[in-house]
Amino acid sequence: MPGLGTSFGRGGATTFQQDLANSDCIVIEGSNMAECHPVGFQWVMEAKRRGATLIHVDPRFTRTSAVADIWVPLRAGTDIAFLGGLVNYVIENDRYFHDYVVNYTNANAIIREGFEDTEDLDGLFSGWEPDKGQYDPETWQYEGTEVAPSAGQKEMSAGAAEAARGEDVTHRQTDDSLQHERCVFQLLKRHYSRYTPEAVAEICGIDEELFLRVADELTTNSGPERTAAFCYAVGWTQHTVGVQYIRTASILQLLLGNMGRPGGGIMALRGHASIQGSTDIPTLYNLLPGYLPVPHADHDTSLDEYVAYNETATGYWSSMDAYLVSLLKAYFGDAARPDNDFCYDHLPRMSGDHSHMTTVTAMEDGLVEGYFIMGENPVVGSMHGALHRKAARNLRWCVVRDFAPTESAEFWRTGPEFDRGEVDPADCDTEVFFFPCAAHTEKDGAFTNTQRLLQWHEKAVEPPGDARSELWFMFHLGNRLKELYADSNDPKDRPIQDLAWDYPTDGAHDEPVAEEVLAEISGWKLNEDGEREYLSSYTELEADGSTVAGCWIYTGAYAEGRNLPARRTPWWEQNWIAPEWAWAWPDNRRILYNRASAAPDGTPWSERKKYVWWNPDDEEWSSLGDSVDFVPGRPPDYHPEEGATGTDAIAGNSPFIMQADGKGWLFVPTGLLDGPLPTHYEPQESVTENLLYGQQCNPARIEWNRASNPYHRAFDDERFPHVLTTYRLTEHHTAGGMSRWVAWLSELMPELFCEISPQLADEVGVRNGEWVTIRTARGEIECRALVTERMRPVRVGRKRNRRWVHQVGLPYHWSYLGLVTGDTVNELIGFVADPNVSIQESKALTCAVERGKRSRGRRVVTSGPLVIDEERDA
Amino acid sequence: MTAKGFLTDTTVCIGCKACEVACKQWNQLPDDGFVFTGTSYDNTGDLGASTWRHVAFIERPGKHPTDGFADLSWFEGDEAPGAKPAFGPDPTGDFSWLMMSDVCKHCVHAGCLDVCPTGSIIRTEFESVYVQPDICNGCGMCVAACPFGVIDRREDDGRAWKCTLCYDRLKGGMEPACAKACPTDSIVFGDVDELRQIAEQRVATLHERGVEEAYLYGESAESQPGTGGLNAFFLLVDDPEYYNLPPDPVDPTVTVGDSWRAAAATGLAMVAAVVGVFVSIGKAGR
Repeated sequence: MPGLGTSFGRGGATTFQQDLANSDCIVIEGSNMAECHPVGFQWVMEAKRRGATLIHVDPRFTRTSAVADIWVPLRAGTDIAFLGGLVNYVIENDRYFHDYVVNYTNANAIIREGFEDTEDLDGLFSGWEPDKGQYDPETWQYEGTEVAPSAGQKEMSAGAAEAARGEDVTHRQTDDSLQHERCVFQLLKRHYSRYTPEAVAEICGIDEELFLRVADELTTNSGPERTAAFCYAVGWTQHTVGVQYIRTASILQLLLGNMGRPGGGIMALRGHASIQGSTDIPTLYNLLPGYLPVPHADHDTSLDEYVAYNETATGYWSSMDAYLVSLLKAYFGDAARPDNDFCYDHLPRMSGDHSHMTTVTAMEDGLVEGYFIMGENPVVGSMHGALHRKAARNLRWCVVRDFAPTESAEFWRTGPEFDRGEVDPADCDTEVFFFPCAAHTEKDGAFTNTQRLLQWHEKAVEPPGDARSELWFMFHLGNRLKELYADSNDPKDRPIQDLAWDYPTDGAHDEPVAEEVLAEISGWKLNEDGEREYLSSYTELEADGSTVAGCWIYTGAYAEGRNLPARRTPWWEQNWIAPEWAWAWPDNRRILYNRASAAPDGTPWSERKKYVWWNPDDEEWSSLGDSVDFVPGRPPDYHPEEGATGTDAIAGNSPFIMQADGKGWLFVPTGLLDGPLPTHYEPQESVTENLLYGQQCNPARIEWNRASNPYHRAFDDERFPHVLTTYRLTEHHTAGGMSRWVAWLSELMPELFCEISPQLADEVGVRNGEWVTIRTARGEIECRALVTERMRPVRVGRKRNRRWVHQVGLPYHWSYLGLVTGDTVNELIGFVADPNVSIQESKALTCAVERGKRSRGRRVVTSGPLVIDEERDA
Repeated sequence: MTAKGFLTDTTVCIGCKACEVACKQWNQLPDDGFVFTGTSYDNTGDLGASTWRHVAFIERPGKHPTDGFADLSWFEGDEAPGAKPAFGPDPTGDFSWLMMSDVCKHCVHAGCLDVCPTGSIIRTEFESVYVQPDICNGCGMCVAACPFGVIDRREDDGRAWKCTLCYDRLKGGMEPACAKACPTDSIVFGDVDELRQIAEQRVATLHERGVEEAYLYGESAESQPGTGGLNAFFLLVDDPEYYNLPPDPVDPTVTVGDSWRAAAATGLAMVAAVVGVFVSIGKAGR
């Protein structure tokens, strides 16, 4: 979540879905919210009932577009051009919220002299190192100081670690008139000056008038009296420049003054029930719980070094040592002591990129022995399924936990390469262990939903047969490992020996008590009698080892020994903010950065949009019922003294308290690997050249160049003339593990299909319901054609040279097993990723479409390159 | 007891099919088979013995793709700068994708109930129309008598099935499964009198906002005399035919009196004619 994290300070949705009902204008872009989040969408419909304007920006006319007031059918992969156009419109037409921008953003900050923009370098920023393929961000920093980011690549700007960065953030140079030529506002203005309505039309393939209508609606519905919200999902993240998509929306919402206010904000919509939870308490290789970075092998050599490299001297990230030490106490209990750095050395060290795609390619090369697949079906859900299967066949062992043996458990015998006789199951030596798992109704636990809300669910029935919960599996696996290594004298086994793993269990299967895990995550300290005192906020955490907390941002979820995520006070017994329903991180806060809902002097911007305000009589902040996101008792006119550190450095008009300077970052001086400002780049595989810059694609994107993962020419490759975009349907669940085995869902969408326009159908020569073959450089699949006017070609290119481009939509739920089967769409998609988060590009690539069932099931991984031209000629 | 029923407001339906699935799960209905129909996002076709809620998807206007290849005249040679593309969904609003969750209407004059020879179909204390499966003998009279084509016999057991308005849930003080599952309140359950008020208000609001097409279908006996009004009625924005609803549904037994009268008149006329023939033959014979 570095898009939101670097902009605002925390990597989570800034608002909650119920608050969307207060919005005057909702822009849904990079999301098909009605189909993928139908339950939360009720609040969008409520806003519509109250008269809000709903805008849907999407290549396809979906069930979201069906209820939208405006649908913008842009070319997939051009959102930065579209949003950048809006930024330009807002600045050029003076539609930004001046007082908000000057006080609450870094618009007035002056950037170092050496900074050069993409306007100067034809699509690159200063600091590009072509031999390394990465940026040195030194010139992007503030004049007068150096700040550390609150999210993203913290180590990126790490020079010497002798002093905490940002110690002198009060020395940051600013210009409140916003006129200084190197101030962020002027840089922003210049950066987006060529993102004119005309350029937007040419790049995105939409009408200028339509763009201007959106710009007008959005700006008219922003300001002191009105607010607009953005909703996005993986339609933004799954691009080689995905983090910067989110950054562009962040810039726009800051300029319009919509952050931290009711009916405003950016709603990050997650793809699963607990995807937010699995970044908060991550299943990622480079993060520890609470967005603490995993230590680097080369420089985070001790606890002190780690803290020095990663903390920021000002804002709430200045307490990083307390967050990490409390986590180490949760991990290692009594073994974590001040004299051994609280077992800091037990933490694994990161030696490089160990993200998903890198790991799979390492598997292909035989460098990985074992693999756990839990709650996931990567052969279908991740990119390049054939490569996954090949990689898995090189493992020694593989553990799959799921409801049914999925394609990821059957990689050794299911797939087109077996039908083609290219691979013999007898040749696969991988030992596969399949464990049936318990469903959510069969276990206790919490989901962290899309709006940071922890909601507890209780076990309704015992899981059948051998099915067990993940908690049971991990707990008993841990115990067996501890038993196995109990007598070892090898220092490398100490982390397992020291691991605090003493959760109480109950029931016939010794199920660990889930609430006890929640208690540890939330945290406690021991009183004089050695009894636990549960903590109520992360501000109570200490770096001396006296507090235990498994995830500092969740501290308070178990305050006073109460399971707060289990609260179910109905809405009619409280106000619309419903703070007594479950519990949200941080501090049960529903709208983040909500101090921004008041003007710099502490009064609400308007009565209509009142939320948090300063109460001069009590010298305290009040709110409509939410928890205030600000330093308690900090008056609005407070100015930090020169050289102030920690929370003392947060001025009374700085609502973004996690940021080193307390401001929303229009310009990100550090923390992102591909530039301080979002820039339009074409996808890795595009139908057109970049109309704005000589630099075609994101220069910092990650490629995996190997025979099994070919790309084709960057643009205008006539073998692959159409834009391909993938997506989900309401009727199925992601990779299908939870829906393709259920008759009531499978009958609703029984077969793989592609959505194409009548025009493309005519070009291909296919009628509705007939078969087509779709090819990319990685493979070929067959599916039915759903010919619909909801798909439309777009006109792309400079005015005199515009041409029609077709877009093909492919839902990706099907594969080779289950009640309903079909080809696996993601086998068409290669490995290429955003540099910041290693997320693949599956929302915009190129393909060819042919009529009929012409696939021979070829996959480049096992069949060699697919040469399509020769075949046609033959 | 006051009549209970549904208001289905199609203007807020998002086509999520939660109603369809909730209905099948609560009532433990079998699937309809796994058939890709190519009819927009609708793969269950229509209401039937195993589908008691059905979501229809209507893409309009424009020629249906299955009618043949689309008209492509706009697509060639339309490269002049500034030329407006004259195809597909017009983003300025001339295209729409209508969705409607269809269900048994629980008619005030219900054809199925009126013709049922076994007394299996009854009117409940909620004024809903309910098929008692232990009495139904599968004669199929009701299937022909429903003006909406709702009720249907299940091939494997031969009996007739349809929406029960979740009679078992109502007895337990719960609302029907479909209404409970609907995330956007497109399906509202309640007293029909109250629903009528809500619906009229909603239509007025929509008219104010420029959706002049909005109207109620079957909300009263006056507007739909053939059924005496529907306890499950609809808010629509286009002609009923678009939603696969008859424009003027009539319970066949409503016209039974007329039919008998017509038959009697025909009979009398026949007698008169025959008598007349004999009379004239008699005259001629003389």
